Amino acid sequence: MADRNGHGGRRARWLRRDVMGIGLALVNRVGGASVLDRLGLRKPAERVAFEATRAGFRTLGAATRSFRAVRQRGEPARLPSAGERGLFDLTPTDEQRLIRDTVVEFAAEQLRPAAADADTRCAPPAELLGRAAELGVGLVGVPEALGGAGDERSAMTNVLVAEAMAHGDMGLAVACLAPTAVSTALVLWGDERQQATYLPAFVGDDVPAAALALVEPRPLFDPFALRTKARRAGGGYVLDGVKSLVPRAAQAELFVVAAELDGAPVLFLVESDTAGVTIEADPAMGLRAAGMGRLVLDGVSLPPGAMLGGGTSDVYADCVRLSRLGWCALAVGTAQAVLDYVIPYVNGREAFGEPLSHRQGVAFRVADIAIELEGMRLASYRAASRAEQGLPFAREVALARRLCADRGMAIGSDGVQLLGGHGFVKEHPVERWYRDLRAVGVMEGVVLV
Amino acid sequence: MINLEVPRKFSALVNQARQVATEIFRPHSRRYDREEHSYPTELDMLAAVLDGMNASGESGAGATGVRRERSAGNGEVRNGNNLATVLGTIELCWGDVGLLLALPRQGLGNAAIASVANDEQLERFRGRWAAMAITEPDCGSDSAAIRTTAVLDGDHYVLNGEKIFVTSGERADAVVVWATLDRRRGRAAIKSFVVEKGTPGFELVRLEHKLGIRASDTAHFRLDNVRVPKENLLGSPEIDVERGFAGVMQTFDNTRPLVAAMAVGLARAALEETRRLLAEAGVTVDYDRPAHIQPAAAAALIAAEADWEAAYLLTLQAAWMADNHKPNSLQASMAKAKAGRVATEITLRCVELCGGLGYGEHTLLEKWARDAKILDIFEGTQQIQQLIVARRLLGKSSQELR
Repeated sequence: MADRNGHGGRRARWLRRDVMGIGLALVNRVGGASVLDRLGLRKPAERVAFEATRAGFRTLGAATRSFRAVRQRGEPARLPSAGERGLFDLTPTDEQRLIRDTVVEFAAEQLRPAAADADTRCAPPAELLGRAAELGVGLVGVPEALGGAGDERSAMTNVLVAEAMAHGDMGLAVACLAPTAVSTALVLWGDERQQATYLPAFVGDDVPAAALALVEPRPLFDPFALRTKARRAGGGYVLDGVKSLVPRAAQAELFVVAAELDGAPVLFLVESDTAGVTIEADPAMGLRAAGMGRLVLDGVSLPPGAMLGGGTSDVYADCVRLSRLGWCALAVGTAQAVLDYVIPYVNGREAFGEPLSHRQGVAFRVADIAIELEGMRLASYRAASRAEQGLPFAREVALARRLCADRGMAIGSDGVQLLGGHGFVKEHPVERWYRDLRAVGVMEGVVLV
Repeated sequence: MINLEVPRKFSALVNQARQVATEIFRPHSRRYDREEHSYPTELDMLAAVLDGMNASGESGAGATGVRRERSAGNGEVRNGNNLATVLGTIELCWGDVGLLLALPRQGLGNAAIASVANDEQLERFRGRWAAMAITEPDCGSDSAAIRTTAVLDGDHYVLNGEKIFVTSGERADAVVVWATLDRRRGRAAIKSFVVEKGTPGFELVRLEHKLGIRASDTAHFRLDNVRVPKENLLGSPEIDVERGFAGVMQTFDNTRPLVAAMAVGLARAALEETRRLLAEAGVTVDYDRPAHIQPAAAAALIAAEADWEAAYLLTLQAAWMADNHKPNSLQASMAKAKAGRVATEITLRCVELCGGLGYGEHTLLEKWARDAKILDIFEGTQQIQQLIVARRLLGKSSQELR
């Protein structure tokens, strides 16, 4: 981060005050020495902000490294379904337990302490993203043949990872997991050329920022009825439209964008420095640490090979479902954080001569948080387990999402309520969890399990 | 390996229970709701079939399936009797909760015997239909405050007191009665006794008229110097202050998932019927499209089904833990709390969604909404479950969090 590297620290302090300032800080980072020099991708001046807008900033898409298919395989590598299982069982595998424990520790030591500051600054600390990449969270979903560590579909493991990360902080979890959504999409639906072109970067040391962009800024948004349009032109495609709430949009080098082609939603790979790609700041109620931006597509020309998954409706529906499941996992982790936080608080705080927790009005809320949380968790696990076994999972995802949106938000609200006025101020994290948990009923895309 | 699907080995059991529910329970559902206190004779043959299933080791539909096997536990994951029993109960209650509760030899007293009896008692009471008597006119949820006394006199205990809300109390062969050996010694002195019907002094006062589960009779008893052989005390006769309530309360860890399963089965019946009626009215659910752009009735159905899913999975979790010898008091209470309240909410919502059709007696929706309420009350009310969950999470005793 620019200010941590010693240049611009003073600027960062005053920049905290307003959106315009935050926007400029982001632009500064995109154009600044720390990122571009590291990647050896310093470009001429048009890469930095050229137009300040009401939204805070407006810039071209980040410079893209040159993604080139180095070694192309004969066919795309996919992870096989995990296969159907015999018994009802809630025990994670030894490997899952190991991965989860590692991420739990990472979330507690790296994400939670950085969360408040990243929320204020609307950006994740760069070194933290590096550590998340070192941790290899993205490798599980990539087959070994493509440099990853996966040997079968692992939606369940991904859910456990997202849950554990969100226990640290939902916004930072989104920032860390956003590239994984793109690499997972490439593994699931990319053809051999797309995989050979893009996946090596995601399993390397320097994982690019990347984002799966579905949401559009309008009420009653339906991911199956998109206003972002694609049309065929000269063998390729031209995209027009606006995507909102795109994590780390200003840094992202590669987007997977949902657009309507011939009346049906389809996924496209869009490199960020394609002409016509513009990024605007899109700070929201919560998830601020994820550095949300809008992706404005204005006559963006894509090559013939830009379509992902052959444009089939099955692929698109699975993408929507698996991303909703990712949000469920994030909700479960955050709601668990709320429960773990309020228990010592209501036990420790005294009112009317005894701990708050000796009152049923308080204690029953804690009980309900735990009961609803457990239901959210089991419903999410069932959906994930079905997904990786190759069973139909649309129903299970829909139910888990409903639970996580409704009950998760109620838990966020109760978390603030149980702390009273103290819950409303930023001394405690519950107000952030309240803001973050509202996202679960709103978001589409961004994460993928 | 995480998997929340029911294994194939239970499909025969589930299918059988579903057929019983469809062919025997549903056709008589309305009749025994109207004719409260008339004995559903159709159940005798069915009970014999269930006995046969239990004897052949294919348990799953019976209350006795809750006994915890004392296997050494080799670390292998098990899907055993507890899960089977929960699955069977869900299916049967999809048919009719009242008739399930009226099933001979499948009473909660049988579950109590299965949970805490020693092997000799288990053998001696095999084949007996046992009801359960805890509640008294002056004590409900506060079961530690019961006043029925048991005094040792030679080879017998002499019981005195009054018991109400005894499910299948009139029809059962025996009643498991909770009584205190010494009121001054609190919970630890509370024991359960198997009292055979016809024992002198064990007198039926009356049968209740109820909101729902009217196929099941609910009895009120008076115990006036009832002499019970001392071998009929279930568990240990010692007053162990350390273990306290543990003996008798252990029953609840096993029976609460069963009541949760009843709620899950009942609520699924209402959801399925409502979905069918709404489809006839042109409203169908799309699981992929956002709920907000679907008809309000479809959105309501999704929300109700989501709550149902949580209740269902919490119930399976509690049973799975019991099968795998994991302490499950917390999860059993969570399942009971969630399932009890959502069964009431869902069935009432279904009545509302189906309007006059749901409220009238031409469908079973209004009956299910009446039946549901008891499931949030017996075997520990919603509030008792919340107390248990809260105490556990907050690390509070019953003196601190009352």
